[in-house]
Amino acid sequence: MSRIAQTFDRLRRQGRTALIPYITAGDPHPDCTVAAMHALVAAGADLIELGVPFSDPMADGPVIQKATERALAHGTSLAQVLGMVAAFRRQDPHTPVVLMGYANPIEAMGYVPFALQARAAGVDGVLTVDLPPEEALDGYLEALKTEGLDRIFLVAPTTPVSRLQAVADQGAGFVYYVSLKGVTGADALDVADVAEHVAALKQHINRPIGIGFGIRDGERAYEMAKLADAVIVGSALVKEMEGLQGAPCQQVVERVATALAPFRAGVDRADEEVKG
Amino acid sequence: MTIDYTQFPDARGHFGPYGGIFAPETLMAALAALQAQYATLKQDAAFWAALAADLRDYVGRPTPLYFAERLTAAYGGAKIYLKREDLNHTGAHKVNNTIGQALLAQRLGKTRIIAETGAGQHGVATATVAARLGLECVVYMGADDVARQAPNVARMKMLGAEVVPVTSGTRTLKDALNEAMRDWVTHVDDTFYIIGTVAGPHPYPEMVRDFQAVIGREAKEQVMQKEGRLPDALVACVGGGSNAIGLFYEFLPHEEVAIYGVEAAGLGLESGQHAAPLCAGRPGVLHGNRTYLMQDDNGQIMGTHSISAGLDYPGVGPEHAWLKDIGRANYVAVTDEEALAACRDLTRLEGILPALESSHALAYAKKLAPELGPDKIMIVNLSGRGDKDMKTLAAVEGFEY
Ligand SMILES: Cc1ncc(COP(=O)(O)O)c(C=O)c1O
Repeated sequence: MSRIAQTFDRLRRQGRTALIPYITAGDPHPDCTVAAMHALVAAGADLIELGVPFSDPMADGPVIQKATERALAHGTSLAQVLGMVAAFRRQDPHTPVVLMGYANPIEAMGYVPFALQARAAGVDGVLTVDLPPEEALDGYLEALKTEGLDRIFLVAPTTPVSRLQAVADQGAGFVYYVSLKGVTGADALDVADVAEHVAALKQHINRPIGIGFGIRDGERAYEMAKLADAVIVGSALVKEMEGLQGAPCQQVVERVATALAPFRAGVDRADEEVKG
Repeated sequence: MTIDYTQFPDARGHFGPYGGIFAPETLMAALAALQAQYATLKQDAAFWAALAADLRDYVGRPTPLYFAERLTAAYGGAKIYLKREDLNHTGAHKVNNTIGQALLAQRLGKTRIIAETGAGQHGVATATVAARLGLECVVYMGADDVARQAPNVARMKMLGAEVVPVTSGTRTLKDALNEAMRDWVTHVDDTFYIIGTVAGPHPYPEMVRDFQAVIGREAKEQVMQKEGRLPDALVACVGGGSNAIGLFYEFLPHEEVAIYGVEAAGLGLESGQHAAPLCAGRPGVLHGNRTYLMQDDNGQIMGTHSISAGLDYPGVGPEHAWLKDIGRANYVAVTDEEALAACRDLTRLEGILPALESSHALAYAKKLAPELGPDKIMIVNLSGRGDKDMKTLAAVEGFEY
């Protein structure tokens, strides 16, 4: 069983919802990323989603776009991100790490070399925003499967039932439900709409469901935790990194941990009500 | 082995290893709907008849195939014919595509149109058809391009479009495309995205090619009429590649016709300051498809440079990537300087002011004409007129504008 599956298994038995923070690797500085990952775990992260910076983040809103630009200004490459995961893994053998990013850095490295190095570094899953199941068939899926890496695919409010089979067949780990039509960090979360879609999704895919995009505060984390197995928080944390260029890592670490706290509280409150 | 070019792209939108649908999940359903709608319309004679009527009465087609006698004499070789896409309504080939996509948008019941633009020609052509159909229109344009293509920004505004300057990334065409994609993801229910070139996720490269292919169909008929034979060479500039594929497509099965796509070498290929992915890039994935890209070793897309905003793009349509690999077309590059010289030549010798994009094709024609020799015929796609470039040209020539 993969580290991701094990984690969801354990949380389910405990009646808990996973909290998954997203940060962009290399933002605000590559030297602080590993420390920030540990701080997130200490602040209650169950899995970590680590953004691989790409020059053309077409599915991201302004907050993550700017984080990406900051990370790229430091030359953060996919190879370096794998190095960060390896460093994190040396001290934390338990917390799953999912890489989230775009296809081209992986294409440039090559699917097979990427999968080998990602596994060696201790990566658990990969989510490639612009690589849907249809395009995964030309080597991507195979390479990740061979190395035991979970393929996380997105499901959107617009995804027709007819596409869910491919997500179910090719994916592994968990399903990432995009809570709204929009980019990351958008302010358009509609709880009733998400509830309806997630309920329908559960009819078709027997796998943990994480909800992300647009979860901006503890209250929304609370609402989403009632609906799903995991809550993913990105832009709200990444926004905290703005202005920390050149700041000591200690300050970055404190800021990110503080920022995660209300989300942890929201998720815990939901767990107590619903599952506890 | 002869290739049936009409069989490409395949059902998944692939031209060999290129093309495809590398899109965010939110757009997959919209792209599937577009694919289905276009597949139906492609077989619908009434649709093509309506399009042909618009191209005739609104756009002003067919555009002439003009024998540039003085340019031919000056360049000292093959007879140079110009396919006059600059004479289309709005001043470039871009409108051939926007007319077609707007009809599709209407059939899909969309009320809002978005587009990206570099030189502003596609933005103007989109704002034009949106005005004509009474659709809301938003155009994304890199902030640097807004500055250097001011006349087109003014035209778009006059046509009632909202022009949104894009300040992220490199502030040029690729960033405008990112921003248009973000808009589309957010407004996917009521919005139709009119992509301006043969790039983007399937079915765009196929669809835009089909709409632009009228250029080559007309050119073939016209050259047969004037010369009684096929040309020896075709030359067109390549940004995303829509005017080029428009001219080339009809001729692809005629192996005896040599094909040249001309990229922007900017300050020179060796300088790194260029926009020539086919000449100096590597395959990768950007903006919905796999194709040749200008990228660094880590797969980050590089900033580009060209004096012409319409060629200032790090990718290229996937069909060109494939035509390069199979050897059916040749891709070359000319510098800013060479393009400017050719622009001056055509203006002074023929009284035609070409767009800086099209000037790249002319600059290569200057090299090719003597190589081919006087008994040969070439067709150069004059993709657009140069009024929009007056600010850049005036600065180079050193007069007030
Ligand atoms: C006149 C003209 N020619 C060429 C181009 C390049 O586009 P494409 O390569 O798609 O024809 C543009 C783009 O703005 C243009 O305005």
